[in-house]
Amino acid sequence: MAAAEGKISPKALDEKASHEKIWHEVVLQTLKQNDIRLVPYVPDRVLTTLIRTLHADPFFLTFPTAREEEAVGIVSGAWMGGVRGAVLMQTSGFATLANVLASLAVPYQIPLIMLVSERGTLGEFNYGQSLVCRTMRPVLDSLAMEHHTATRLDELEFIVDRSIKQAIATQAPVALILSPLLTGGKVFEK
Amino acid sequence: MSDAMSPATTRNTKVMNRFDLTSRLLAKLKREEAVIGGIGNTNFDLWAAGHRPQNFYMLGSMGLAFPIALGVALAQPKRGVFALEGDGSLLMQMGCLSTIAALKPPNLHMIVMDNGIYQITGAQPTPAAGVSDMVAIAVGCGLSNSAWAADEEDFERLVDRSLSASGPTLIGVRIDDKAGVGATRRDPVQIRERFMLGLGVREPL
Repeated sequence: MAAAEGKISPKALDEKASHEKIWHEVVLQTLKQNDIRLVPYVPDRVLTTLIRTLHADPFFLTFPTAREEEAVGIVSGAWMGGVRGAVLMQTSGFATLANVLASLAVPYQIPLIMLVSERGTLGEFNYGQSLVCRTMRPVLDSLAMEHHTATRLDELEFIVDRSIKQAIATQAPVALILSPLLTGGKVFEK
Repeated sequence: MSDAMSPATTRNTKVMNRFDLTSRLLAKLKREEAVIGGIGNTNFDLWAAGHRPQNFYMLGSMGLAFPIALGVALAQPKRGVFALEGDGSLLMQMGCLSTIAALKPPNLHMIVMDNGIYQITGAQPTPAAGVSDMVAIAVGCGLSNSAWAADEEDFERLVDRSLSASGPTLIGVRIDDKAGVGATRRDPVQIRERFMLGLGVREPL
C-alpha cells in the first residue's frame, strides 16, 4: 500500500478526488430510500453540493433556517405530523443545540436525524472552530446520544442507512458527523 | 393603566387575559386543528383550557412553538395549525418568522401573547418591552397578514379570518401579567404520543 510507504500514490489521490465527488450522492440517495423528505439546513461550504442537489430534487422539501435550533423544531413537528426529516448543519451549529436536544428531542423521544459537517479538525485554520469542535462529542455523550463519524465512502451508506433506521425504530435522536476524511473538509485558501 | 411612553397605548389595544383568549380560540376549533403551546404559561393555559388530542405542550425548547407548528403544518397541509407563543419566547427565535414568510404555509396561524415580561421567572421586563412592536416585526419579516387584536371580539374575528386565510397569519394580543391557570403534567413521551394519535399518525397500542 502506498500509505504504508509514507507516500500517497497518484492513484490514491484520484480515488480521493472521486470520493469527494460522490459522498453527497450517497447521502441524498440514502435519505430518499428512507423516505426522509424534509431537509432544513443552515449551510456549510462542505455541504454546498448536497444542498444544491437536494433543492434540485422534487422529492425533497429543503430550505434554509435562521438557526439550527429552529430546524430541529421544524423536523420534530413534521415527524409528529407523519413526515420524516433531517437537519444539515456544521459543527458550530451543533454547538447551539444542547438545550433543544435536552428539552425536546431526547425527553419527547423524537428520532431527530442530524448530519453535521465536521469543522475544526484535520487542517482547521480558525482556532475558534477547532475549540467548538471539541465540544461536540462531549455534548452528545453527556446525553447518551447515538453518534457516528463517517470517514470512508465505502462505509457511508451503511452508517447513514442503519442510523436512520435505528433512530426511527428506537425513537431516539442520532448525529451523523461527516469527517473531512470523507468530504475533504474546508481548507485555507488565500 | 399602561405607561404613557409605551407603544401599547398608541396601539389602542385592550389588555386581555391569556387563559380567556386561549379558551376563546379552542371554542372555535371544530376541525381537529392542531395547537402548539409554547413554553411556560402559554402551554399551561392551553392545558387548562381543555384537553384535546391535537394539543402539544412544550416543556422546554424556549422559542420553538412556531418552528414546531411549521413542521406540523408542512407535514399535514390540510390541517389547520395554531401556535401560541409568548413575546419573550418569540424574541429568542425571531428568525423563524422569515422562514415561515418564505414558505408561506396557508394552514399555519400564529398567536403572540405579549405582556412585555418574563412572567414565570418573576415578571422581569423583556428587552422589547415598551420599545418593540411584535406585529410590525412580523410584517417586516414578510408576514403581511399580521394584526393586533384590539379586544376579545376583534381576536375572535381575527381567528375566524385565519381559519379561512390563504396564507400564514399572525395575531398579536396584549395580555395581563397573570400566571397560567393550570400546570401541564410534565410527561413528555405521553404528550408526544397523544399528540401523534390526535393527528392520526399513530394507532393506539
